[in-house]
Amino acid sequence: MRNIKLTIDNQVVVVPEGTTILEAAKKVNIKIPTLCHHPDQKIKANCRICLVETGDDNLDTACSTFVREGMKVNTKSKLVRETQLGVLELILANHDQDCLKCVRNGHCELQDLCEKFSISRDDIEIIPPHDIVIDSKAMDLLNPAIVRDYSKCIKCNRCVEVCREVQDASILAGAFRSTDYTVQPAYGKTLSQTLCTYCGQCAVVCPVGAIYEKSEIQQVWDAIDNPNLHVVVQVAPAVRISIGEEFGFKPGTAVTGKTVSALRRLGFDQVFDTNFTADLTIIEEGYELIDRISNHKTLPMITSCSPGWINYMEGFFPEVIDHVSTCKSPQQMFGTLSKTYYSKTRGIHPSKIYSVSIMPCTAKKFEAKRDEMMTNGIPDVDAVLTTRELAKLIKTAGIDFANLKDEEFDNPFGITTGAAAIFGATGGVMEAALRTVYEVLTDKELPEINFYDVRGMEGIKESSVKIGDLEVKIAVAHGLSNARKLMEQVKDGKSPYHFIEIMSCLGGCIGGGGQPICTEKCIKDQRISGIYYMDQNMPIRKSHENPYIQKLYEDFLVEPNSHVAHELLHTHYSARHL
Amino acid sequence: MKRIVSFITENFEKEVLESFEISSGLLRASNMTEDEIIEEISLSGLKGRGGAAYPTGKKLAQSAVFKSDVKYLICNADEGEPGTFKDRDLLKYDALGVFEGMVISALAVRATDGILYLREEYSFLIDELENILSQMRSKKILGHNILDTGLNFDISIFSGAGAYICGEGTSLIESIEGKPGRPRNKPPYTKEQGLFMKPTLLNNVETYAAINAIMKNGYEEFIKYGTEKSPGTKLISLCGNVNSPGTYEIPFGVTLKEIIEKIGNGVKNERNVKFVQIGGISGPLILGKNLDIPFTYEDFDKIDVSMGSGAILVVDDQTDILDFLDAVQAFFKHESCGKCTPCREGNRQLLNVLARMRKGIETESDIVNIERIAKTMKYASFCGLGQTAPTALLSAIKNCPEEIFRRGEQHA
Ligand SMILES: Cc1cc2nc3c(=O)[nH]c(=O)nc-3n(C[C@H](O)[C@H](O)[C@H](O)COP(=O)(O)O)c2cc1C
Ligand code: SF4
Ligand code: SF4
Ligand code: SF4
Ligand code: SF4
Ligand code: FES
Repeated sequence: MRNIKLTIDNQVVVVPEGTTILEAAKKVNIKIPTLCHHPDQKIKANCRICLVETGDDNLDTACSTFVREGMKVNTKSKLVRETQLGVLELILANHDQDCLKCVRNGHCELQDLCEKFSISRDDIEIIPPHDIVIDSKAMDLLNPAIVRDYSKCIKCNRCVEVCREVQDASILAGAFRSTDYTVQPAYGKTLSQTLCTYCGQCAVVCPVGAIYEKSEIQQVWDAIDNPNLHVVVQVAPAVRISIGEEFGFKPGTAVTGKTVSALRRLGFDQVFDTNFTADLTIIEEGYELIDRISNHKTLPMITSCSPGWINYMEGFFPEVIDHVSTCKSPQQMFGTLSKTYYSKTRGIHPSKIYSVSIMPCTAKKFEAKRDEMMTNGIPDVDAVLTTRELAKLIKTAGIDFANLKDEEFDNPFGITTGAAAIFGATGGVMEAALRTVYEVLTDKELPEINFYDVRGMEGIKESSVKIGDLEVKIAVAHGLSNARKLMEQVKDGKSPYHFIEIMSCLGGCIGGGGQPICTEKCIKDQRISGIYYMDQNMPIRKSHENPYIQKLYEDFLVEPNSHVAHELLHTHYSARHL
Repeated sequence: MKRIVSFITENFEKEVLESFEISSGLLRASNMTEDEIIEEISLSGLKGRGGAAYPTGKKLAQSAVFKSDVKYLICNADEGEPGTFKDRDLLKYDALGVFEGMVISALAVRATDGILYLREEYSFLIDELENILSQMRSKKILGHNILDTGLNFDISIFSGAGAYICGEGTSLIESIEGKPGRPRNKPPYTKEQGLFMKPTLLNNVETYAAINAIMKNGYEEFIKYGTEKSPGTKLISLCGNVNSPGTYEIPFGVTLKEIIEKIGNGVKNERNVKFVQIGGISGPLILGKNLDIPFTYEDFDKIDVSMGSGAILVVDDQTDILDFLDAVQAFFKHESCGKCTPCREGNRQLLNVLARMRKGIETESDIVNIERIAKTMKYASFCGLGQTAPTALLSAIKNCPEEIFRRGEQHA
C-alpha cells in the first residue's frame, strides 16, 4: 500500500493510503474530538463534531475523510473551533442535560466534550436555555434488563450498528425525519415487544446515557439493610478481570481479592464465587455431552450459559432448541443451590435468603426473571447487578477499592478452578468442558491442558480433539452474527460438529453488556490475556478435580445428570414469538 | 429565441409524437466509439444541470473506467426543489429526447440498466413515459444490441416517495434500494459502487436532454450559444411575481433584468423587484438593484452565487423578507432527513430566532447567534441539503442586514 505524506497542524505525517485524518492525527498525538466514531465500527460521520480544516474555507469530518497526498490539515483554526462549538451546542440544544442525575455522569463522551470546550452558560451561548427542546419519546422501562432514555440520545447510530451487524438482531433503526428522527425499535415498539436479546451491546457502545441496564442497586441496598434477610452474593468469572478498570487498574488486571473484600464491606453476609457453579456447569454439561454422544442423541450439542444467546436462539432459531444443552447457566445453578443446598446446610429458610449476582451481563437480569428460574414463585436469583453497578455501589459506599486488602471467597462455594476462570472468555467453556470430558471418557490424564485453537478473537473457531477413538469436532462462535452462521448449518442438518460453544457477546463475557463502558477490541484483548493468566496460576485447572464439587455430589446431587441434578440444575426453552 | 436542448414550442404545446423517428443524435452516437462520444460532450463544455455543475464530459469519462456486468445509469427526475419545474416540462414535452440522451450516455459508459427516478408528484406522466419507452423498444433503440452497437440497455421508471432529500444522489440510491432516503458516506463513490454497490452514473433530466442535443447538432452548434466559459443554453424555471412564469430555454449571458423583463414580461402589477432567489429554495438572494448580472457560471461565481438548477424566483417589494426566510427555513426543517446534527437541530433553532425577529423581540445574542448557527450548518452538515439550508438566510444577512435586523420594530 502506498504511503501518503501530509501535514497536520504543520507536523509532517506519513501514513498508508486509506488512513483517515482522525487516525493520522492520533499518530502525532493530536486528539480530535469525536462522538459517533467508535474504533471497532464503521464510519458514520453523522455527529459532525470531528471537523478539521482541509483547505481554504473548507471543513471535513476527520473520522470519514481519508488522507490525500500533500494535504494540509488544521485541527484548531478559528473556523474549526467555532464550528465544533456550534455543533456541540446544537447537540446540547436537544439534550436533557441533567448530568448529576445521569447514569453516565463521569463516564460520558458528551460530557467529556463539554468539559473540553468549557461549555458554560456564562460563555457566549448559541442556543439560549429557552430554546432547548427535549421532545423525545418516553423512556422505555418495560423490560427487566435494558432502559432506553430517549432524551439522552444523540442519534449517533452506534447501537444500531452493533445490534444489526454484530448481534444480527436488527432491533434498532433510525425512524422519521428531521427533528423527529429517533433511534428506536421498528414501529416505535418497546424493546419488550421485539426479539431483543438483552445482550446490552447497545449500552456498551452508547457514548451517552441513552441506553443502560435497569438498575437493581436499590433492591440490593434494601436487602442488605433488612435484618431478616441473609444476603448472599456471587461474582461471575469475567467481573474480577474488568472491575479494576473502574478504579484505575489496567484492563486485564485480576482484582478478585479486592472485589471479595469490597463486597464484605458492603454488608453481604456471604461472598461466593460463580466460578464454583461454572465448574458444576462443566460437570453437568460434560456428562450431557457424553450421554448425547454415546447414546446417539441430538448433536451437535450447543452450550447454554449465555442468556443473550438463549434469547437470540429462542427468537431467531427455535429450530435448534433440541440441540441446546439443558444445563442452566452458572448464575442460575448458583441461585438454585443458594436456596436449596445452602439453605439446608445453613438451616436458613429459602424465603429468608436473598441471592444477588454480580454479572458482566445485562441479559442475566432478564434470565433471573424468567418463569423457568423461579421456585414456588420465588426467584432463584433475586437481584442481578452488572459490573458497572457494582462499581457504583462501591463508590457510593466510599470504599477505597484500590487499597483494599485481598480476601478469600466464603465456602462452600469458594474453591474454584482454572477451568471456571476461563468461562469469561470466548472458547473458555469449550476448553473447560474438553478438559473434563477427555479425562472422564478416557480415564487418562490430558497430555496438553491448553486448547489454544479455541482461544482468541477470531469470530468462529473450529478444531477437533481425539478422545479415545472418537474425533470430537468442535466450534466456538461469539457475537450473534457469528452464531447465526453456525446455526444455519445446524438448522439445515449440515453441521459437522459434535459440540458448539456460543457466547452472545464478542470476546465472550469479558465483552458483556454489563462491563465497564467503552469496551473496545484492544481492551477486550487485555481482559482475555488476564483471564488466561489467572487460569495458568490456579492450583486446580479442571472442574472435576474441584474437591467441593465432588463433595456437593456426595452430599446432595448424587451424581452428574442425576434426577435431583436434573430437577435443580437443568431447564428447558421455548420459541419466542412477537 | 431558438431552442436547441428542449423541444418546447413557443406556445408550450406538445410536439406530436406520431412522427416518431429515431433521432439523428442517437444514430450518430451509435457510429462513434465511447471515447469519441465522451470527447464530444467534453468539448461542448456541458456542466451538470442538477445543481452541482460538475463537467459532464469528465463525469462520463470517470464512469467509463468502471466496467461491470451490471452498470446503472440513472436519470434524476426527483426535482424537489421548490420553484423548479423545468425537468417536468422536459419530460412532458420531450421525454424522447431525455431517454435518447440516456441511451447515448449508456453507449459512452457501457451501462446496462437505466432508471428514471421520477418524483412522486409527477406520476401523472408515467403512462405517457411508458408509452414512449415501449415505442423505443419496438424501434430497437432500447433492449438487446441497440443499433448493432452490442449494447444491451433498457430503461425502467422508479417512482420516488416525495422527499426532497431523495434528489441527492446517494439518498436517491438508498431510496431505490428500499431504504430510508438518507445520504451515504463517501467513499465508496457512486461511480464505482452506487446502486446495489454496482457502478452507477447519475445525471439530471436536463443534462441528458442536452447530451442528446449536442450529439444531434454537434458540439460546435451548441457552443455557438452562451459565453466562452458557459457555453450553450440553459433551461430556467421562472416563477414568482412575474407576468409570464414558465420554463424557458435561454442562451447563457442574458442578464437577470432581461430575463425578468423580456421573458417574464415584467413584474406583476408593475411593482419593483425586491430580490430574486437563484437555483431554488436552497439558493442565495440577489437584490433588485443588482439585476444587471449576466446569467453565467462565471458571473455568478464572482458574487459567490451558485446557479443550482437554474430556477429564478422573482420576489416583489411587497414581500416581507423575514416571512420569506421563515418559509424557507420551515421547508428545510420539514425536509431534513435527520441524520446529522447541524441540519437536524439547526433548522429548528433558526426558526426560533426568526420567530423572535418577526416579532421584533430578538435579543442582542440572537443577532450574533443566528449567523453562527447558519454557518455551523453550512460548514458542518453532512450533505448538500443541510449545507445549503441557510444559504438564503446568510445571503440576506450579507446583502441586506438592515432589512432583517429591525429590533424593536413591530412587524408581521
Ligand atoms: C438536497 C439535494 C437535492 C437535490 N435534488 C436534485 C434533483 O431534484 N434533481 C437533480 O437532478 N439533482 C438534484 N441534486 C443534485 C444531485 O445530487 C446530483 O448532483 C445531480 O443529480 C447530478 O446530475 P448532474 O451532474 O447532471 O447535475 C440534489 C442535491 C441535493 C444535495
Ligand atoms: S448523557 Fe452525558 S451529557 Fe447527557 S446528561 Fe448524561 S452525563 Fe450529562
Ligand atoms: S440489547 Fe442487544 S439485541 Fe437488544 S437492542 Fe441492544 S444490541 Fe440489540
Ligand atoms: S442510543 Fe446511544 S448509541 Fe444509540 S444512537 Fe442514541 S446515543 Fe447513539
Ligand atoms: S444535512 Fe444531514 S440531516 Fe440534513 S439532509 Fe443531509 S444528512 Fe440529512
Ligand atoms: S466523529 Fe466524525 S462525524 Fe462523528
